[in-house]
Amino acid sequence: MKYVEEFRDRALAEKLSAAIRAEADPARSYNFMEFCGGHTHAIFRYGVQDLVPGNVHFVHGPGCPVCILPIRRLDDAIELAERHGVILCSYGDMLRVPGSKRRSLLSVKAQGADVRMVYSTLDALDIARKNPDRQVVFLGIGFETTTPPTALAIRQAADEGLTNFSVFCNHVLTPAAIRHILDAPDIDPEEAVHLDGFLGPSHVSTVIGSRPYEFLSETYRKPVVIAGFEPLDVLQSVLMLIRQVNEGRVEVENQYARVVTREGNTKAQDLVDEIFELRPAFEWRGLGMVARSALAIRPAYAPFDAEARFDLSEKTSREVKSCECPAILRGVKKPKDCKLFGNVCTPDNPMGSCMVSSEGSCAAYWTYRRAETLAEMAKDKAMAEQAA
Amino acid sequence: MCLAIPALVTAVLADDMATVSLGGVVKTVSVALLDEVAVGDYVLLHVGYALHKISEEEAERTLAMMAEGGLLEAELDEIAGDAA
Ligand code: SF4
Repeated sequence: MKYVEEFRDRALAEKLSAAIRAEADPARSYNFMEFCGGHTHAIFRYGVQDLVPGNVHFVHGPGCPVCILPIRRLDDAIELAERHGVILCSYGDMLRVPGSKRRSLLSVKAQGADVRMVYSTLDALDIARKNPDRQVVFLGIGFETTTPPTALAIRQAADEGLTNFSVFCNHVLTPAAIRHILDAPDIDPEEAVHLDGFLGPSHVSTVIGSRPYEFLSETYRKPVVIAGFEPLDVLQSVLMLIRQVNEGRVEVENQYARVVTREGNTKAQDLVDEIFELRPAFEWRGLGMVARSALAIRPAYAPFDAEARFDLSEKTSREVKSCECPAILRGVKKPKDCKLFGNVCTPDNPMGSCMVSSEGSCAAYWTYRRAETLAEMAKDKAMAEQAA
Repeated sequence: MCLAIPALVTAVLADDMATVSLGGVVKTVSVALLDEVAVGDYVLLHVGYALHKISEEEAERTLAMMAEGGLLEAELDEIAGDAA
């Protein structure tokens, strides 16, 4: 490896950290929401919290597609694999998320359902070509980054005339979810999380560009910095946000300019438009129904739509009792506020989605802040007992 | 799943496919989401598709940081494990 470069980068991190300390006004506090789980992961993995002063707080947002898939949709996927006997293809992170009755795609696979982990929609198409006598369903999840690959797979299947391939579409849109979070205090004052700015999604923005986030500065008067996922990216973005707050500026700035433009990848956007249309509303785990926040496959491509092809039953799905994932995904609670954290719920035995994917908040706290979190929980408990 | 990593295009193939190299692993990926791609370009790779071009210098810097953080191994394992 290039050791020289690494040390240079470390030195740069120190420099950025010093700049943040110098510029952050000790008399105020800065609450920045990182929408993306990728940022949450980077913040913990590289100890970014320790490189910023104590009055700079990160509020973890709902940006992990695995975490926000509502249990009912996961139960539908399990039903496709079990009752309809399809070959269900999914990205790996999805397999261990517990659905109703704590059943996961992995546990039904162990019981004989044909669930396969794929790295790419290309692999799912291949499985369909090789198994012409079986129905193959790809579980499409993810934000705007992952949607174009799904769109291409559908178009490819249409071009090839594959009759045994379809997509169970759960693709969701980031700007709608951010809008929903900012509107939440109007709906429920209990939910008011004060936010001074946003670390904007990076890979999502490579596809849709930075323009879709301009409503945040224009309508909601919140500063935004589109931030890359490396620790230096995050630090630099925090510095840019602090400067905006200090100077009273409200803008969309782009720290991740090496890949993100204002327009994004228009070829990918056109393709997504051709294959998908907006759903009027879609349920997000934690956020509930969010208007115009997800995509469905257009009727012209109905043969490739698993929801049109298979008759999915109406079901009553149940969250695991006491799991605080929904509140954590809204940014109003932290993993330490969940009684199950670390005793009943661990990455080996997850009770909720936030503990499964490495981008989930509970998994991040478990991996990088376990001792501190457990100590805080014990302290909170003792205080509550004393008060009682 | 959300990770996207920089990869170097080593050959352009038929049907909008290309081979890329990342951390020594060679992988065939789709470049159908890009307008033009040439050998020597760095692209941002996500779930088997090149999403965007990136500058070479930035790609090297990012790769070095990811290697240091151990992030790259996890992603490479996932890619290597996809013998579907
Ligand atoms: S610790 Fe487990 S049960 Fe509690 S909120 Fe996190 S994922 Fe849910």
